[in-house]
Amino acid sequence: MEELRKKARELLESSSVNVVIGYEEGGAGKVRPIFARQPGETNSLIYDSRCLQNLAVYLAKPEVKKFGKPAIVAPVTTLKALLQLAAENQVTFESLVIIGITPGGKPRFFSGWSEIEAFVSPFPDVEPADQEKLEKIAKMSLTERWQFWQDELSRCVKCYACRAACSLCYCSRCTVDMNQPQWIPVASHDLGNLEWHVMRAMHLAGRCINCGDCARACPLDIPLNLLTQKLLQDVYSHFNQRAGIGVKLENPLSTFKPDDKESFFG
Amino acid sequence: MSEFEPKIVAFVCNWCTYAGADLTGTSRIKYSSNVRIIRFPCTGRIDFMLLLKAFANGADGIIVSGCHPNDCHYTSGNFHARRRWILFRSLLDFLGIDVRRIHFAWVSAAEGAKWAEFVNSVNTEIKKLGPHHHYHDLVNTGIA
Repeated sequence: MEELRKKARELLESSSVNVVIGYEEGGAGKVRPIFARQPGETNSLIYDSRCLQNLAVYLAKPEVKKFGKPAIVAPVTTLKALLQLAAENQVTFESLVIIGITPGGKPRFFSGWSEIEAFVSPFPDVEPADQEKLEKIAKMSLTERWQFWQDELSRCVKCYACRAACSLCYCSRCTVDMNQPQWIPVASHDLGNLEWHVMRAMHLAGRCINCGDCARACPLDIPLNLLTQKLLQDVYSHFNQRAGIGVKLENPLSTFKPDDKESFFG
Repeated sequence: MSEFEPKIVAFVCNWCTYAGADLTGTSRIKYSSNVRIIRFPCTGRIDFMLLLKAFANGADGIIVSGCHPNDCHYTSGNFHARRRWILFRSLLDFLGIDVRRIHFAWVSAAEGAKWAEFVNSVNTEIKKLGPHHHYHDLVNTGIA
């Protein structure tokens, strides 16, 4: 942690960056993000096992962009998000300073995207615990699956916290915010909830880097990351493409192969 | 009690399937009349949400059909559509929506007979599955 604070302080003192985005103590034993703009503020920077939030989400927010060039504390999931954002042309290597964090908690700097690609490659796309949940749902019958998801999604209050928390949801004007036409109804009734979550999952198909922030942000504890993870698995098994592994654009819905296989066309 | 006549919505591409369906008509081949055909310039234009909107508006079954791979009028629209449907179908199945209600085909402008046969087979299948009650019920839940 001292090394992290020292590096962050140096970056601000030398004016290499205007803001350091990291984690700090948040009260009640929780952590929260910090946007340190003065060197003294870097004393609050921490990193421990509670630091799960993917900070890359702030890079697309206009309120943070106006600070200027950021440095970002980046554990493995954030590094994956940065790779996916770079593949989609939302960040360049020169536009920010990446303070990588190894699984052991040590700061680590990279000289370019390919070094980051090599660093993140051994980590799995889907966590074993979530893999088990996905398999459990797959074993249910069709009616059981319908009932399971209706029970989960009926709690949705359309707060769109999942959208706000997602680092890959960076559209400045989201389809659901436009009301000419109102494509997805905003009221939190069962039909609108289903349509919203289907749309969100499809818009993240093969782009989600599985940080889990959507499920963590949800005030009603809906396991939203299971929907996106299911599609991640499908994208891998059908098209052999993964998210957050490189800066070459491999989004499954932007690319195709003439010999993609399917079994259900008449 | 009259027999259940399903409402089937068909999303088809203008250049192949729509022309093929036209050929079915001009050839005077009779087929089930409970299908409503919606014309798109290309299957690549068919938004996945439109299928759910069709169900919400009372459809019991859905058909999506377009040009054969490598024959798309816009070169690659059907390739993108194919990818989209592979993922969308898997997601719907995961959520517990019966994907046997959604049928996909490649029907070219010359395949008038195939279109008739396809629509008839879809109609038979949807009749067996019955009305799409549980999705239609969603429309009214939560609204007084």
